[in-house]
Amino acid sequence: MNESDNVVIKAVDLKKHFEAKLGLLDTLMRRKILIRAVDGVSIWVKKGEILGLAGESGSGKTTLGRTLLRLIEPTSGHIYFRDLEITRLSKRELKRIRPKIQIIFQDPFESVNPRMTVYDVVAEGLRINRRVLGVKSEKDIEEMVKQALALVQLVPPEQFLNRYPHELSGGQRQRVAIARALVLKPEFIVADEPVSMLDVSIRAEVLNVMMDLKDKLGLSFLMITHDLALAKHVCDRLAIMYLGKIVEMGNAEEVINQPLHPYTQALIAAIPSGDPEGRKVKVLAKGEVPSSVNIPNGCRFHPRCPYAKELCARVEPELRSVGNEHYVACHYYEEALSYFKSQNA
Amino acid sequence: MKAASNINFTLEKAKVLGLAGESGSGKTTIALALLRLLPSNAILKSGSVFLDGQNILELPENALRKEIRWKRISLVSQAAMNALNPVFRVGEQIKEAILAHSDVSDKEAEQRVKELLEEVGISQERYASYPHELSGGMRQRAIIAMALALNPDIVIADEPTTALDVIVQAQILLLLKRLQTSKKLSMILITHDLSLIAEMCDNAAIIYAGQIVEYASTREVFRNPSHPYTMGLMAAIPKVYAPKTRLASIAGSPPDLINLPRGCKFARRCKFATQKCVQEEPPLEEISPGHFSKCWYAREIGQ
Repeated sequence: MNESDNVVIKAVDLKKHFEAKLGLLDTLMRRKILIRAVDGVSIWVKKGEILGLAGESGSGKTTLGRTLLRLIEPTSGHIYFRDLEITRLSKRELKRIRPKIQIIFQDPFESVNPRMTVYDVVAEGLRINRRVLGVKSEKDIEEMVKQALALVQLVPPEQFLNRYPHELSGGQRQRVAIARALVLKPEFIVADEPVSMLDVSIRAEVLNVMMDLKDKLGLSFLMITHDLALAKHVCDRLAIMYLGKIVEMGNAEEVINQPLHPYTQALIAAIPSGDPEGRKVKVLAKGEVPSSVNIPNGCRFHPRCPYAKELCARVEPELRSVGNEHYVACHYYEEALSYFKSQNA
Repeated sequence: MKAASNINFTLEKAKVLGLAGESGSGKTTIALALLRLLPSNAILKSGSVFLDGQNILELPENALRKEIRWKRISLVSQAAMNALNPVFRVGEQIKEAILAHSDVSDKEAEQRVKELLEEVGISQERYASYPHELSGGMRQRAIIAMALALNPDIVIADEPTTALDVIVQAQILLLLKRLQTSKKLSMILITHDLSLIAEMCDNAAIIYAGQIVEYASTREVFRNPSHPYTMGLMAAIPKVYAPKTRLASIAGSPPDLINLPRGCKFARRCKFATQKCVQEEPPLEEISPGHFSKCWYAREIGQ
């Protein structure tokens, strides 16, 4: 895998399995059911890039995002923040680096306390991490809060400090949520569907802030999204997740323009082109995502795949490099690609 | 609160009309008003809904319920989980709807339900399933089957795919399109997603703050958007086949419907706005045959 110095966060063979809640009968029979939400994922995010993590609901993308930050404890595998293996850290040691690895949630209406002013919301993390961050006076805090607000284009910051969340638009609220993470001077931020609750017309104000932070401060993001069209325009690289595994990963434009995995192809073909005279949606995958309790043998996607052959039902394909940092987990990706191209010529 | 005002449109036979607007724009209110299904705190102050020349808003509630709703105009609703009753089997629910509205035997109704289920891509064996036993996509198919149970002429689909993943969404869109074409249904598709309008609709109305701000054939709306709001929305939509670009947003947020500003409702967010826009509300005016825009400068900004 890619061992560049520029990697900020890296996961190696990361797994998170949950035990399903069972009925009385199952408990009596001592039956256990495992949900393999994240099932052997190796990914990395470089300095100053946005890695998109896309997939349908139930793919495990939210669990992966949280496990990367050890907000959920992994079942197995390793996570590195730069050279530091954070999977080896004690809770207390983890606290020291917590400011460096932050998360922004989907719903800016729920993730911000309605009774706190913008100032208090953004300053909260600074107060909690006072010692770690070496913050001395309230004046320091105020200065840092103002800086963070300016970075998310809430300007002039003085005008926002004493406002309450309900006085802000959805886009402004989500930018406050980013400022709250930013004030801790993080190097890596997981943004979990940061705009999916917002109206389309205001999404760009949040996304452009993220892209500017990446360019200006060299911040790194993992952006979890179900919207591949959005990911194409916002992300540098893109990883496609299906039933707990990464099935394809590469440069975002390349993955969208030349999808190698049949699942990626199905996702893209299903997206409306937004042009009344353009391409119409196509359905390239049968059925719906199965439950992660019953993950199919072999390739997880094979029951829905139009190219599936006997091998696919038996042997799970490895994620392998096809050059140009493009990875795919499919036995027959060449065939899939040439067919997809002929269909979309 | 003025949820919707001065809404005028024509739904042509066997065509699909799209109503596009963002949250709180009043698009669902319009749909429910068409069928007089608004909640009890809503007042339908004025207006008419003509169905083949008859104003159905003047009909007594009884006649509306018996003759129009479901039979002539049916609704495919947004919340796939709530639209079906969780304690009754899916097939039975659809059968009840048929029995309540038409003179057929229990057996005939059951047969009809099974045909309907097959038609929307659900196997007959699912007749006895409960809603929670179906996937999201299957539930949406069942709701569509229910809407079609009495062979309506018009289907109002209110965000029919909003809660669904993209592949399932595509399955449902293709199903709706196939049924609409084969049954020559007239359809109103309500959505926040302009790309669904492009995908599905013959004509499109763009709604902002409870008003139609632009109305034309879908092709015309996309080729020559002539309202600043429509133009802003188009620049904000990420297109999957377009080269990578920086997305644009519309500054500010929609006005408070309780306290609507004078003049053009979009003026505060509009980069073209002048003093005139703030003071006087523009009419929805025909700027070229069949193309309407509610903007004082529709002809200039289109250039």
